Amino acid sequence: MLLIHCPYCKEKLPELEFEYAGQAHIARPDNPAEQTDAEWRDYLFIRSNVRGDHAEQWRHSHGCGRYFNALRNTVSDKFIATYEIGQACPTSHAEGEENNEQLES
Amino acid sequence: MNNWRVDGKGRINRDKRVRFTFDGVSYQGYEGDTVASALLANGVHLMGRSFKYHRPRGPVTAGSEEPNALIGTSRSGTGRFEPNTRATVQELYEGLTTVSQNKWPSLKFDVGAVNDKLHKLFAAGFYYKTFMWPKSFWDKVYEPVIRASAGLGVSPTEPDADTYASRYLHTELLIVGAGPAGLAAALTAARNGTEVVLVDENRELGGSLLSEAPSAIDGNNTESWLAEVITELEARDNVRVMTRATAIGYYHENMVGVAEKLTDHMAHPPANAPRERMWRIRAQEVILAQGALERPLVFDGNDRPGVMMAGATQTYLNRYGVKVGNAAVVVTSHDSAWYAAFDLADAGVKIPAIVDVRATVNEYLQSEAQKRGITAKVGHSVTSVSGTKRVSGVKIGRISGDQQVADISSIPCDAVLMSGGWTPSLHLFSHTKGSLHWDEENEVFLPGERTERCHIAGGGRGLWSQQAAFDDGVHAAQQALTSLGQSAQALSVDVDGDRAGSGVVMEELPSNNDKLARRAFVDFQNDVTAKDIRLAVREGMLSIEHVKRFTTNGMATDQGKMSNMNGLKIAADELGRPTPKVGLTTFRPPYTPTTFGTFAGYHKDELFEVTRKTNIDSWAEENGAVFEPVSLWRRAWYYPKAGEDMHAAVARECRETRASVGMFDASTLGKIEVVGPDAAEFMNRMYTNPWTKLAAGRCRYGLLLGEDGFIRDDGVIGRISEDRFHVTTTTGGAARVLTMMEHFLQTEWPDLDVWLTSTTEQWSTIALNGPNARKVLEPFVKGADLSAEAFPHMALRECSVGSFEARLFRVSFTGELGFEVNVPSEHGRALWEILYQEGKKYDMCVYGTETMHVLRAEKGFIIVGQDTDGTVTPADAGLTWAIGKKKPDFVGKRSLTRPDMLLPNRKQLVGLLTEDPSVVLEEGAQIVETGDTAIPAKMLGHVTSSYWSEALGRSIAMALIEGGFERNSTSIDVPMPGQTHRATISGTVFYDPDGDRIKM
Ligand SMILES: [Zn+2]
Repeated sequence: MLLIHCPYCKEKLPELEFEYAGQAHIARPDNPAEQTDAEWRDYLFIRSNVRGDHAEQWRHSHGCGRYFNALRNTVSDKFIATYEIGQACPTSHAEGEENNEQLES
Repeated sequence: MNNWRVDGKGRINRDKRVRFTFDGVSYQGYEGDTVASALLANGVHLMGRSFKYHRPRGPVTAGSEEPNALIGTSRSGTGRFEPNTRATVQELYEGLTTVSQNKWPSLKFDVGAVNDKLHKLFAAGFYYKTFMWPKSFWDKVYEPVIRASAGLGVSPTEPDADTYASRYLHTELLIVGAGPAGLAAALTAARNGTEVVLVDENRELGGSLLSEAPSAIDGNNTESWLAEVITELEARDNVRVMTRATAIGYYHENMVGVAEKLTDHMAHPPANAPRERMWRIRAQEVILAQGALERPLVFDGNDRPGVMMAGATQTYLNRYGVKVGNAAVVVTSHDSAWYAAFDLADAGVKIPAIVDVRATVNEYLQSEAQKRGITAKVGHSVTSVSGTKRVSGVKIGRISGDQQVADISSIPCDAVLMSGGWTPSLHLFSHTKGSLHWDEENEVFLPGERTERCHIAGGGRGLWSQQAAFDDGVHAAQQALTSLGQSAQALSVDVDGDRAGSGVVMEELPSNNDKLARRAFVDFQNDVTAKDIRLAVREGMLSIEHVKRFTTNGMATDQGKMSNMNGLKIAADELGRPTPKVGLTTFRPPYTPTTFGTFAGYHKDELFEVTRKTNIDSWAEENGAVFEPVSLWRRAWYYPKAGEDMHAAVARECRETRASVGMFDASTLGKIEVVGPDAAEFMNRMYTNPWTKLAAGRCRYGLLLGEDGFIRDDGVIGRISEDRFHVTTTTGGAARVLTMMEHFLQTEWPDLDVWLTSTTEQWSTIALNGPNARKVLEPFVKGADLSAEAFPHMALRECSVGSFEARLFRVSFTGELGFEVNVPSEHGRALWEILYQEGKKYDMCVYGTETMHVLRAEKGFIIVGQDTDGTVTPADAGLTWAIGKKKPDFVGKRSLTRPDMLLPNRKQLVGLLTEDPSVVLEEGAQIVETGDTAIPAKMLGHVTSSYWSEALGRSIAMALIEGGFERNSTSIDVPMPGQTHRATISGTVFYDPDGDRIKM
C-alpha cells in the first residue's frame, strides 16, 4: 500500500485515505462555446498514457478532502512529488511526447 | 507401526502419541510431526495422484514448496474441510482426518491414470490444439473425460465455519525467516534495542539448523544454542517473534503481508479463536532471510514416490526422526546431497551409491563416502527409475558424451535422494520489482537493485554455508540499523563443522533414451515434462513467458518454486541462448497458497458491507416491510398486509395513495448544502438549469450533466436563502455528485466563495402524497400557511412540523399533491408516528420504493441510472425544458452540440404500451422492428422501466429506442423466451397528462 504525502495536511498517509482523480494540468477552457469540436474532444477525452513520470490529481478524500497534484512514476509507482492545486508541475517534461517515445523504444 | 522412525533423532515429542487417519486408515504419529512425516514414518510414500496424468505421487520436499503431497483435511464440525493442504506443512493433531486427492475409485487403483498412457496426446498445448479439431469430437469425447478428471482437489461445499482476524503493525525492522541469517540479524538488532518483528512460516525457529545441525555453535551444541537464542529473543520487550507466520507478499513502501496460522495445529481450538490472522506490517527496514530452495534433477521417472529432494530427507531424519527408506541411491550435481547421504548413512540407511553427474568431486567428500563404505559414481547419470507406486530401483550409467551414457547397470533401492543445487528464494524481493542479476559462475539469479528499503541475507544471496549465513545476517542487520540512523555492535557466531559446498546446474540428465520419450518432470504439480518445454520452443515460443503459458510450467499453486529454474535452463538449451537472455517469469503474491478467509478477515456476513438505515427503518421493520438494497441503504420495498403478495401490496399502495394519501420514507435521498456568496453562480455552472432568478422559498428540478453532456444525476433543489441551496440527489448518487462538485470547485473555480456539505444523514425526509396529503400534515405545521395560494407547488418553507424544526417542500414525485418534510434525522421516526396516527383518519397507507417507482413511471418521471445509462442526453430523455437557454455555460453544455449528440437516430426515451394490456414487459428486454425474426435481429433499444399500473388498469413501460420520438404511435416487437410481444410507442406521461392533480 502506497504512502502519499498530502501537501495540505503535510503528512504521509496510507493510500486508503486517497482517491485518484485523473490527469493533472488539464484546465477547463475559459470559454467552451468558442471551442471547435476537435478542441473540445481533446479536452474531454485525449489523455497521455505515460510510461514514466505522470502528473495527476489525487484527493485526500478521507482526510482534509482536498484535491492536490502529484507527479508519480507509472513504472515504479513511486511518487516523485505532491503539490498544491494551482502550482506548476515540478519538472518540465513530466508528460507528453518525450515520455511516450520511451514506450516505443 | 513407525518402523521408519530412527531412535535418538528428531525434535518430535515421543511421549505424546497422536492418532490420525489418511483415506480412512488410522495411523499414529507424534506431537511435532507433520502429516507427511508421520505417514513416511509409517512407510507411506504414496499420498496423491498428479493433476493431469494421475501418476502416483509422494512428498518430494519437507516444506511449504511441496508440489505433490496435497491432501484434503477436515476437522470436526461442518464447513471445515480444506482441499490442497500440503501434507508437509499440516501439523499433526489428535483426530485429524485426511484424504488423498485426484483419484477414483481409490488412490492405489485410479481409472484416470489412463491419461498417463495417453501422455503423447496430452502434451503441451494439447488444449489449444484440440479446440481446432472437429467440434463434435471435443464435445463428445475429450471434454467429458477431461472435465471428469480435471482440477486439483475438491472444492468445499459448506460455508467456511471459521473466523479470521486482521491487524496492522508498525515496526523499525521486520525480519522474514528465522534460519541462521534471520536469527543473527534478529540478535544483532535486538541487542541494540531496535524494534524487531521476526516472522517464520514454521512451527519453530531455526530454519536449516533444524534440518542440518552443525556440530557446535559458539562451542555449544546446536540445540542448546538455539534454545538460548529463542529464550533471549522472546524475553526482550523490543522483539516480537511470530511463528506459523508466512510473509506472503511484499507491497509498496515496505508493507509486508503476513498470514499467521493460529489454530490449524490444534485438536481443540479455543472457542471463538480466529483460524488465521492477516498482519499488515509496515516496517522501516526489512531483512529477507528466506534461504534457498533445492532444485530437483530432471530424469526419467523423477516423480516416482520415494524420489525426494536430498535436503528434504535430511529434514525428515534430523527434525522428525524419520528415514525415508532402507536403501537410498543419491543422484546429485551439488555437494550438499553428499552430506545428506552421510547423515542418512550414519543413521543406518544403506546408501548403495552416490551418483554425481559432475566430472570431478572434491577429495574430502569422496573420502568421507569411502569411510562409510559408500560407492561414489562420479561422472555418472541416472537414466531411469523402476517402480510405480514406490521406487524399486534405478538404472545408472557412465556419462560418455553429450547425452550419452555407457556401462549401464541397475541398482535396487527404495528411495532416491536428488539434488540439482539450490535456488535463492527471492520471491518477496521480486514482489518489490527488485532486479535480479545472473551470477555466471554459480548459475543463479541474485538480488540486484532494490526499490524498497530491504536487505537480503544468507541463502537468498547464494551463500550456501551456515557460517556464511550467520555472518551475512549480522551484516544485513548492521546495514539496516545504519539506515535507521542507529549504530550496531557487530556480533559473531562461530560454527563448528560447517558444510560449505558448490555444484552445477543441469538440463535433463544424460541418457541414451530419446529425449521426447522420457517422463522427466520439471513441474510436478502441473505435470509438465522436459519434453513439453522443448516442444513449446519448437512450436515457436521464444520468451519464457510464452513457454510458461503454453506448457503451464510454474503456473500451479506452488508458482514454480521447484520448476522455474529447470524450465528456464531447458528452454534456454533448446533455444541455444544463454539462460539470462531467456529471462525469468515474474513471481507474484501470495508466496504460498493463502485462504480466502485470511484475505477477507472480518469482512464477511453482516460485516461484509455497511448497511445504512434511516431513522424510520426500525418502524418499517416492526410493521412488516419487505426490504430491498439501494446502494448501501436498506429501504422498505413494500408493506404487505396479511395474505398479500408483492403484486397485491403494491397495487393497493398505489390505489390508496392516489385515492387518499400515502406516506413514504425518502430519507435516503442525497442532500448537499451549497452555501456562500457565490452559491447561485456555482449552481449555475454545475446544473443545466438557471438559478439566479429562483427566489428564496422556491425550488426547482435540477439536472446535472457530466462534462461529456450525458445525464449524471437529478433532484429537486430548494433555495433556502440568497446564499443557501438545499440540493437533493438520487439515493445512489449522493457521494458521486458531491465529489464532482468539490472537484470543479477546488480545481477549476477556486475563486468562488462556496462551501459544500453533505447533509444526507442530517435530515429525515418524509414524503406525503395524495389528495389528502395537506389534511394529514396541516395540523402539525407551525410557521407556514399550507394553502394552495400561500404555498404553491415547488415552494418551500422553514417552519416547525410536530414541534421539530423543519424544511418543508411542496414537491411531488407521484403527480399527486405532495409534500416532503425534512426534520433533524433523529426525529424522523417520532414525526412519522405522529403523521401515521393522523393519517388513520384518511385511510392513509405507507408505501415503499416499488410503489414510488410505479407512481413516478405513470407520470413519466425518470430515474437516473435506470432510464438513463450514461449515454443519454437531456434531449434524449425529453428534458430540454430543464436547460437554461440563456446561460452561456454550464458543465456539459458544449458537448450538447458535438456532432454525434445531434444525430436524429439517437436512442430516445419513449413510452411503450403493449398490445395485450396484461403483459408486463421485462426490464432490460431488447426491442426489434415488428416481424423481425432474423438471427441476430437488429436491436433498436431496450425496456428501461416496466410496471403494472393500477391507476390505468394496464401495463406501462418506458424504453430507450433509436429515433424513438419519430416512431411515436408506431409498433415495435419485444422478443421474449417463448413469445414475442408487440407494443406501441407512446409519450412517457401515462397518467394525468395535464397535471391537474398536482395543483390541488
Ligand atoms: Zn490532506
